[in-house]
Order: sequence, then structure tokens, then C-alpha cells
Amino acid sequence: MLENYFRQYGLVAVFVAVAFAVPVGMLLASWLTSRVGIRPSNPTPVKLDTYECGMQPIGGAWSRFNFRYYMYAILFVIFDVEVVFLYPWAVQFIEMETFALMEVLVFVFVLVVAWAYAWRKGDLEWR
Amino acid sequence: MSCQLAAGNILYENPLLRWVYDIAGTVAPCWAAYLAAGLAFMLLLVNGVLIGTAILTWAERRILARFANRIGPNRWGPFGLLQPLADLIKLLTKESLTPRSADRIVFNLAPILMLMPALLVVAVVPFARNIALADLSIGVLYVLAISSLTILAIFMAGWASQNRFALFGAARGVAVLISYEVPVVLSLLGVVMLAGSMSLNDIVAAQAVPFFLVQPLAFFVFFTGVSAELNRTPFDVAEGESEIVAGYHTEYSGIKFAIMQAAEFGGTITASAVIVSLFLAGWAGPLAGYLGWLWFLLKLGAVLFVFIWVRATFPRLRTDQIMAFSWKFLLSLALINLVATALEVYFLRGDSRTLTTVDLWVMAGINLALAAVAIGAFGRLNRAQVQRVRPPLPVLAPAGAPAGKAV
Repeated sequence: MLENYFRQYGLVAVFVAVAFAVPVGMLLASWLTSRVGIRPSNPTPVKLDTYECGMQPIGGAWSRFNFRYYMYAILFVIFDVEVVFLYPWAVQFIEMETFALMEVLVFVFVLVVAWAYAWRKGDLEWR
Repeated sequence: MSCQLAAGNILYENPLLRWVYDIAGTVAPCWAAYLAAGLAFMLLLVNGVLIGTAILTWAERRILARFANRIGPNRWGPFGLLQPLADLIKLLTKESLTPRSADRIVFNLAPILMLMPALLVVAVVPFARNIALADLSIGVLYVLAISSLTILAIFMAGWASQNRFALFGAARGVAVLISYEVPVVLSLLGVVMLAGSMSLNDIVAAQAVPFFLVQPLAFFVFFTGVSAELNRTPFDVAEGESEIVAGYHTEYSGIKFAIMQAAEFGGTITASAVIVSLFLAGWAGPLAGYLGWLWFLLKLGAVLFVFIWVRATFPRLRTDQIMAFSWKFLLSLALINLVATALEVYFLRGDSRTLTTVDLWVMAGINLALAAVAIGAFGRLNRAQVQRVRPPLPVLAPAGAPAGKAV
């Protein structure tokens, strides 16, 4: 049984390699068409510019700009960590005692209070 | 040589793979035979997803055209069925440009990383009774973890392009993806609770009543959240053509563009396959032992049609509306669903600690009523809030009205 378990993860690991090989193979196929002269390649300075609606781009794109969503990112981390605790509980919940239900209700309630606070303070608005 | 597979093994249940295993087992060691059978199945999976992607691009264009009272592609082959092939040949032989100032390594890696999750998710999806590449005991977690890798690829694409529009698109894409990840992950807790397992095979087997009836709120949240994560139209600010050229894939052309499009459509197919397994009872149906795959494909087609229907029906949302929709509306529904399901399981499980079919129907009745009330109430609340935050634009004078102070 345990051997079966590891075998399945082994197959998934092989599948990761296959899934990596598929797009790489597509890129190689396209590269081959350029070697035999089907795919053209005449780069000019204008073609290799980045596209900005026809204007010549001034400066690079890697400048400072407002990401606006660090507050969402923090909330995302909080809720994702919550879920990490909840999944093992959910798998076993049907066999567990009353205490497990109360414990999780309190846990979720604490997070809901934090979420309601963030909502009230206006952190859920996109500004 | 005598290579024996354990009876519980996934490959043992699949006649085709057992045949490959037996043939390879006569000439090669057992582990190589196992690998050969696995690779044969992977070949089927990868080709299935890619051919499905080709068919979906055709179907989406044809159906969208019908919605818009047009005809759609109809030149190549019967009903335009060879259109995806023509598109592929065109994109394969097109000049593939990399901007001079781009980060070349990351730029080329992004499409590869974008297609990988779309293919990898199908590894745990059961297509018929006991037929899946791997029946992982953490199937749901695997699906969620792998499918959220797309965030990384989108940001890599936007960052490496060295293009402002691409970077804006990537930033928006990441904001949308992390926002919808939360309700999506929370909504599946109810499904896991009912099935008592995270393996997709067990979840399909537990659906004596399809879970879209037992967990209507979770179904709604998951479907909406997934269509946002896939950048499908009502939520596609990351590549909004009318605002930021093409978003994160502005600079991509030729085969890399083709791979990115394939990743998007392939992602839709695999997400639909997951929805079918989690909420629509997967391969279950009359004669499921023989026709499981047929039921699976029919349900898959139905879910894909709904995706296309949604795309044809709803206009693109504003970024602030998308964020509010996730954090204020879907998250509320997911939390309500979590608490309600926990309480229902607690009170209905009885002394045997199991849920019978009758219990599931009772839950379905309660949850459908709850879903109607919750969606109505929170929808009203959010509508009031959005209108308070953003007042409607002043109405322009209708044409033909007496001209006021014309300048």
C-alpha cells in the first residue's frame, strides 16, 4: 500500500518533466522552422522596441509605481494560512467531537472580526 | 518475467495501461514497465488537453459568434473545424520577436511556466471509475497549489517584457489572482468536509447527490473564482484590450503567443474538469462502469459552454469592482458556506458518523434556500456600497434636446 503511494507521487514527478518538455518542444519546433527558412527573422531596431501605442517609449518600464494592493496581499496571507489549518480539520471533521466544531468556529470568528475590521477601515477599497 | 500490479493500483484498473504494462513487463524490469504504462497515460492526457484546447478555441469562436449574431470561422474544413490547425501553422511559422530591452531568460521561461500548470492539474482528475494518472490523497490541495502557479508565470511575463502596459497588466493580474484565491480555497472546505477526503476519486464516489446541489454556494463561489483566476472575460482586466493593449502578453508573438493562448484555453479545460469532478459527480451516471468517460465528457462540455456563455453575456468589470466582488461578496459567501456546512454535518451525521443520501438531500434543501438568501442579501449590500463609493456619471443631454449654452 505504501509502495503504491510513493509510486503515484513518482508518476506525478515524471509528469512534471513531461509537462515541461511539451512547451519546450513547441519552442524547439518553431526554432527548427526558422532554421530551414520557413519562419522569417528580419529584426529591425523599430521592431525590437517595446510597444507603446506607436510612440517611442521613453525610459524603461522598470520604474517605481504604486502597486496598490499590499493590503490585499497581507489579507491573502492571513486567510491562506487559516485555510492550511482548516483543510486537515475538514478531512477528519465528520468523525470528530463537539470540541472540534467549537474550536474551529472560534478560530473562524476571530478571523471574521479581523476581516470586518479591515472592511470597516476601508482597506478593501481599491484606491 | 512476472510483474504483478497490486489490485488497488490505478494502472491495474485501466485495461489499456495494464496491456502496456504486461507487454513491457515481458522485456524490461518491472519499474520500467510501470514507467512505460505511466508515460502512455501521460501521452493520452497531454494530447487530450492540447486537442481539447484546439477544439475549444474553435468552439468558443463559433459560439461567441452565434451569441453576437455572426457566423464565426467557417472557411477551413467543415464548419471551420480546421481553423485551429490553420492558426497553429500560422503562429508556428511567424517571426518570433524578443524586445531588445527584455530580460531574455525570464521572457522565454514565462510561456513554458504558464502551460505547465494547465497540463499538470489533469494528473489527479478521474476520467472514469478509477482511471486517473495518480489518485493522490491530497488531490484538492494539489489542484489548488498547482493552478495558482499561474500567478508566477503572469508576473514573469509582464516583468520581463520591459513594457509599461505589460507590467500594469501583470500587476493587475496578480491582484486579481490573489484576491480570488481566498474564496476559492475556502469554498472547497465544504466539499472536503462532506466527502471526508481530499482525493478527487473519493470525492466523486461520495456524490450520491451531486455537490452542486448540496453545496450551491461553494459551487457559485468556485465557478466565479476560477473564471477570475483564468482571466476569463468578466474579470480579464489583466489583458483588457481597451485599456492596456494586451496586458502581460503585449510583447509576445509567434509560437510564444500560441503557447500562452494554449495555456489559457487549456487552463479552462482543466478547471472545468476539476469542477466536473468536485461538483457534478464526475463520471457518475447510468452505466457509469462502461460509459463513465462519456458522462465526464458531456458534463465537461456543459461546463465549458457555461464559461463561454458567461463570457458572451457579461461586460468587463472595473478593477475596483472586481476587488470588491471578491473580498466583500464571494468571501462572505464562502465563510457562510463553511460555517453552515460544518453545523449541518455536525447535526445530521448521527451516531454512525456518516451522511446518508437522505441527509445529503436535506442539506441540499437547506443550502439552496441559504444560497438564495445570502446571494440576495449580500448582493444588495454590495450594490448599495459600490453606488455610495462611486456616484453615477451625470447624464448627458439626449440628442434632440434644446441646445443650452453651446460654445
